[in-house]
Amino acid sequence: MEAFTTHTGRAVPLRRSNVDTDQIIPAHWLKKVTRDGFEDGLFEAWRKDPEFVLNRPERQGSTVLVAGPDFGTGSSREHAVWALQNYGFKAVISPRFADIFRGNSLKNGLLTVLLPQETVERLWQITEADPAAEITVDLVAREVRAEGVRAAFELEENARWRLMEGLDDISLTLQNEAAISAYEASRPAFKPRTARA
Amino acid sequence: MERGTAAPPGSRDRTGTSLELGRTKHPAEGKAMGRTLAEKVWDDHIVRRAEGEPDLLFIDLHLLHEVTSPQAFDGLRKNGRRVRRTDLTIATEDHNTPTLDIDKPIADPVSRTQLETLRRNCAEFGVRLHPLGDVEQGVVHVVGPQLGLTQPGTTVVCGDSHTSTHGAFGALAFGIGTSQVEHVLATQTLPLAPFRTMAVTVNGELGDDVTAKDLILAVIARIGTGGGQGYVIEYRGEAIEKLSMEARMTICNMSIEAGARAGMIAPDSTTFDYIRGRDHAPQGADWDAAVEYWRTLRTDDDAVFDHEVVIDAAELAPFVTWGTNPGQGAPLSASVPDPAAFEDASERFAAEKALEYMGLAPGQPLREIPVDTVFVGSCTNGRIEDLRAAASVLDGRSVADGVRMLVVPGSVRVALEAVAEGLDKVFTGAGAEWRHAGCSMCLGMNPDQLAPGERSASTSNRNFEGRQGKGGRTHLVSPQVAAATAVLGHLASPADLVDDRIAVEA
Repeated sequence: MEAFTTHTGRAVPLRRSNVDTDQIIPAHWLKKVTRDGFEDGLFEAWRKDPEFVLNRPERQGSTVLVAGPDFGTGSSREHAVWALQNYGFKAVISPRFADIFRGNSLKNGLLTVLLPQETVERLWQITEADPAAEITVDLVAREVRAEGVRAAFELEENARWRLMEGLDDISLTLQNEAAISAYEASRPAFKPRTARA
Repeated sequence: MERGTAAPPGSRDRTGTSLELGRTKHPAEGKAMGRTLAEKVWDDHIVRRAEGEPDLLFIDLHLLHEVTSPQAFDGLRKNGRRVRRTDLTIATEDHNTPTLDIDKPIADPVSRTQLETLRRNCAEFGVRLHPLGDVEQGVVHVVGPQLGLTQPGTTVVCGDSHTSTHGAFGALAFGIGTSQVEHVLATQTLPLAPFRTMAVTVNGELGDDVTAKDLILAVIARIGTGGGQGYVIEYRGEAIEKLSMEARMTICNMSIEAGARAGMIAPDSTTFDYIRGRDHAPQGADWDAAVEYWRTLRTDDDAVFDHEVVIDAAELAPFVTWGTNPGQGAPLSASVPDPAAFEDASERFAAEKALEYMGLAPGQPLREIPVDTVFVGSCTNGRIEDLRAAASVLDGRSVADGVRMLVVPGSVRVALEAVAEGLDKVFTGAGAEWRHAGCSMCLGMNPDQLAPGERSASTSNRNFEGRQGKGGRTHLVSPQVAAATAVLGHLASPADLVDDRIAVEA
């Protein structure tokens, strides 16, 4: 996984709540068997509208998405994270993320930042007033900075460490081989097996 | 899988400590008191617990399908890893499969490639697969339980958010992303952030015209699509205990629509009776040992939930959605709400957007909303009991002119059972289409889709914009409401049907 320490970029204000993963990447894109090439599917339906914020010329090249609450609800499709990354986003800020989406994002090095609604509102105002305004998402200092804003955010320490180091979760887990084997040896005989009888 | 900081009104943390992300509160930590069902299952699967790290949990059952697994297998190949426990892994094809002409090559080359990729991966890594055309093929969450693989006290994962379905058996079951699929394939474990517990207690008895679907839609409308976030919900109370396994699966299935990490129901004799004799049910002495363990899987009387919601079953009625998320629902007897009536600004804006997308006006009676399409199926309502319920309403009646009705069984086994009971004839006799098993129009990945502007009454789980096809409009309903709606051509419940059935000799 790509390591994340700090990122500074222009923002896209997405003033919508409950942005579900079907909006982020519609199901027909899920037929692909790769982790890349999803950028054109990102918010595909909304992008048909030339006025949609992502289509505005001043938003081109932006890397920080600032969204309303309950971002990433619905399907577990990791393609939603890949689509955001393929498009160029490095971080998403929202007052609340759906659990599975958040887990997926952190496993891919897309930083999802929880900030209160009031702070999100401030960031929206800043970027709407000046599309060239930059937002810094600093995982080392655990804070988001923009003109007149300095907002601390929380991230579970272990997840933060994995992100900052760009660590491979599977390799870390496999270091516990002895514990896994010991657990396996202790499982009751009645537990189900998929092997055909 | 990490929880956010926001909690529903009235939620509390029993330890009195902060629930901020930086804190690590393990389920069993600091508790001299009893444990909840979820905590017991969690504790029984801890492979490793260390200060400052998420618990490493063992996974008893890993279900795979074609959509969220190819990149995970690629990851294994790239790193020279194998599937650690092929004997705890099983795959089927459901999301992307056609429901017509399944004996012919799949027309869409991209879909065909995805299915072929799963077949190749399963062969290469030694994973049991039930492909299209196999008698055990079907929606992954219908297949696991019917094979007897889903058992109380197990941990079940799948790269699909509706894995919560399996919680109906007292399993801790949740959807995961593709990176986690790869993790489970390689290690049979997952590092998981701690959760909070919520009880949804349903007192009393559901009325004759009220189904599990109405109940769960009402719960989601009440707590909101983010209301369950960070929680494992346990559904309990008299009304839940009386439900069949199929109905319990419908409820746990939609836990994710409330944002919950999982939904669970304590196993009881209904659960044991469902499992007994199935292909993978424990046998002989193993059965006795299993049941003895399963009986311990109940929330202790002195256990404390982090949050509790109480619902009076007597107040429930047939329930439908009017908006574009599953929390935007109301009783069928109500009208489309006025967005101006929402106090919360973001809810008001969401309601405005939803009505615009849905082509509805405030004050319009829900019963008067006409539909073009009716879909019966999915992991929410595609089991035999659901098909029986829809068929019993349709029997002797006809689908209204101009309405297309699709009935898609959840699995081949469900289809065979339905055919044996003559349900397929009831459906086709009424003018509905009887299709082959799969996810179908629930997510519109295969050709079963709504056209732009078309409106459906659907027994599935999501009414998101474009979910069932670009520009399509979805109303979530129970199988009974779906069938009555098909007959009348507008949203309706069986109570709205006059008794005009054509008498059919048995």
